[in-house]
Amino acid sequence: MQGRIWQHFLNILLLSGLAACQSFLPDLPEENELLDGPEEGLSTEEQGIFLAGDIAFNDEIFTPATGLGPIFVASSCASCHVGDGKGHPTNALTRFSQTASNEIVNRLLDKGGPQLQHRSIPGFTAEQIPPEANGVSKVVAPAVTGLGFLAAIPDQTILDLVVQQRDEGIVSGEVQWVDVPGYLKPEPWQITNSEAQYIGRFGKKSAAISILQQVVGAYKQDMGVTTDFDTEDPINFSLSANQIDPTIDPEIPASTVNGVVFYIRTLKRPLPRNQDEPSVIAGKSLFSQIQCSSCHLPVLKTGLSDISILSEQEFYPYTDMLLHDMGPELDDGHVDGNELSFEWRTPPLWGLGLAPDSQGGQFFLMHDGRATSIEEAILLHGGESESMKESFEALDRDKKNQIIEFLESL
Amino acid sequence: MLRFGRLAILAGALFLIVANWSYGQDVDSVANKDAIFARPFIFQGNVSKQTTTAIGGYLEGNTNYFVTNGVGDGFSMEMRRFNIFLYSSISDRIRFLSELEFEHGTEEIALETALLDFELHPSFILRAGVILPPIGYFNQNHDGPKWEFIDRPLVSTTILPATLSEIGFGFHGNVPVKTLTVTYEVYLTNGLNDNVVANEINRTSLTSGKGGALFEEDNNGSPSLSSRIGFKSRKYGELGFSYYGGVYNTFKSDGLNLDVKRGLNVLAIDVNFQVSRLRIIGETAWINADIPQSFGQQFGSEQWGFHLDLIYPLSTFNLFSLERITLNGNFRIERVDYNIDNFNETGTKIFDEVTAIVPGLSLRFSRSTLIRANYRYHWERDFFGNPASKTGGFQFGFASYF
Ligand code: HEC
Ligand code: HEC
Repeated sequence: MQGRIWQHFLNILLLSGLAACQSFLPDLPEENELLDGPEEGLSTEEQGIFLAGDIAFNDEIFTPATGLGPIFVASSCASCHVGDGKGHPTNALTRFSQTASNEIVNRLLDKGGPQLQHRSIPGFTAEQIPPEANGVSKVVAPAVTGLGFLAAIPDQTILDLVVQQRDEGIVSGEVQWVDVPGYLKPEPWQITNSEAQYIGRFGKKSAAISILQQVVGAYKQDMGVTTDFDTEDPINFSLSANQIDPTIDPEIPASTVNGVVFYIRTLKRPLPRNQDEPSVIAGKSLFSQIQCSSCHLPVLKTGLSDISILSEQEFYPYTDMLLHDMGPELDDGHVDGNELSFEWRTPPLWGLGLAPDSQGGQFFLMHDGRATSIEEAILLHGGESESMKESFEALDRDKKNQIIEFLESL
Repeated sequence: MLRFGRLAILAGALFLIVANWSYGQDVDSVANKDAIFARPFIFQGNVSKQTTTAIGGYLEGNTNYFVTNGVGDGFSMEMRRFNIFLYSSISDRIRFLSELEFEHGTEEIALETALLDFELHPSFILRAGVILPPIGYFNQNHDGPKWEFIDRPLVSTTILPATLSEIGFGFHGNVPVKTLTVTYEVYLTNGLNDNVVANEINRTSLTSGKGGALFEEDNNGSPSLSSRIGFKSRKYGELGFSYYGGVYNTFKSDGLNLDVKRGLNVLAIDVNFQVSRLRIIGETAWINADIPQSFGQQFGSEQWGFHLDLIYPLSTFNLFSLERITLNGNFRIERVDYNIDNFNETGTKIFDEVTAIVPGLSLRFSRSTLIRANYRYHWERDFFGNPASKTGGFQFGFASYF
């Protein structure tokens, strides 16, 4: 009998000991507080590819020996896309162009444009902005979460939105038509215009047709890393054309690039928080009332996809994927493609509230991170969004706060 | 049932032992500089006077169970190090010491030391070979069995590049000044290399700049200076100051100038004190390095860190036939800042910092052998200062000279 009691006592002691140990270990943050991690429902094989992409994106830091440079901006994807979230202004990309007033052509493409590589590996000279540039733009890295859903929106949906906006007459978004790089094979469902161009979706001015194009471009333009898709290192055009780094090209294989593309496609959508708070609910309806939602479209639907979890899904990104005239204040005078210098693609607002967790504890919003709060970001809206900004300004403090709380909950 | 009964007895015994408070702890009687000779195998060899060559070594291993922000990779065991020493007193005044390290099994094998000492006078000893430059306290005194903690201090291994072995030569000696022993060391070595910045960890790292090229030419033909001065009192312990500096980059090759000379400076202060029965071991180091502009702000030009270990003998007791076992209560606090600077763009502070606390217990069977248990909690803030990633875990390990 006594033995029993002892046994129970010891069992309890042991269990509470184990529990006590657990309580000394750091907890998992709530799922909706984190940006990283895959969408639910990946098969085990898919999880394996996801993990390989995760490692290449988050852990692989390039050095001169592994292909970095000769000129570059940063040495890993994650140094700009911290924890898959928005980046910090210190790692902003600089783009430059020279355009005449009546044409949209960047004349500096053969002088290292559009992107500046301001760093170089030892023994090489970093690039500088040519003095003739008349447009210089800084862009802070966006979050890369949920992009698989944005990539799976049918082209037709996007084209329909253009027509719909024109008919409604509130805003007038445009599509960026982009030339197809040789390595890119558009999907059969992708729609082309008369000049064999395709719809751009990624980047702040929609300069990339697909995630693959963005990733290949990032390896080359941001890190100076050549791939099977693009085997030429970026070079400093002010110097001799032979100044390329000694690592054998391609510096990484197609499989790594494909792994990273798969990783980005299947990164989970940012999950909203506090959706039952009365102020969040009120803010959400105000957001539509003052027509912010005409560009920041709350809901979109994917078409069929080769990844089953992305097929025909409704999702809530708060973007229309279109370029809009944002007014003179956001006009940096720089053009990437066929857009005008004051045009920017509506950024998705999902995950906005988690931005400070990757931007060093504070907000750096809008393309160049110049807005250090959500309110500042709203007040920078102009052009097509001028009237919505004015409606926001006309609201009383409480209502403004409700909108902000709603945006923070995304 | 029986198992639980035994556990209870053990727990009870532990309680009695802790409550019993009997003491026993010896002050380090050897200056840090001479720590490499203060190893049991040499001591025993010298006592017996039978051989002039002694062989020894140490072994350490541990288990890890760590969780970072709620995610862990489970339980693992590692055989950290297996080192072999070879010592020979060639004559009364000439001695040889070498150390071969097998880290993580045989994954990394390194010749850590292979040096000759020529004693012209106790205050003037010529040393040459593969040496451990006195870059702080830890580098020359890093044998596992000497430490009450499983992990090596971050400041010593990630700010300072311990363990650093370099080929070089120089002088050292002991000079008695009143009740103190002043020890000095001055060496010239090949120095660190370009990997201080051209590395895979994306920050300035002297540790990454350690040359694998022990038996090759220096990367830049410009030696580094390392020096330490220590003040040792038999009663209180030792205080040391060290400086290490030199050019790390390949500024010239085949007669062609490739870059300007880029230098680095390291200052370290170490303490090893005994206050009553409390032993205090600590080291603080500060680094500044000339970083190429093109590497960007990710690479700090200044780094700083410290660790402070408090070791307190709780009890000395006999356990079956093992006599005079000491149970120590230990506490470490450490912090490293890999980038002391502000962002150019925003004027805000650059982080890249780690802070950790490590409470633990160690059972010392002798100066040569111990088992130790640590709980470690550390906060890591990235370059941007995003919310700290938190890691906590338990470690259990052993270390012994042989
Ligand atoms: C130097 C910082 C930097 C590095 C390094 C970097 N990126 Fe980016 N990334 C950006 C910026 C800035 C943008 C926005 C680009 C634009 O507007 O054209 C961006 C955009 C993207 C986008 C499109 C996001 C969207 O919403 O349109 C993807 C996908 C992406 N990056 C992936 C990567 C991958 C993969 C890597 C590594 C191979 C990488 N990036 C490396 C800064 C960086
Ligand atoms: C005409 C389309 C349009 C309308 C209407 C509009 N926005 Fe925007 N919004 C944009 C674009 C484009 C940007 C990005 C501008 C830039 O990067 O410089 C943006 C950026 C933002 C951002 C910053 C996002 C980030 O990641 O940096 C917030 C917040 C925001 N909008 C909220 C609002 C609110 C609130 C309203 C209503 C008052 C509104 N927007 C109306 C197009 C619009």
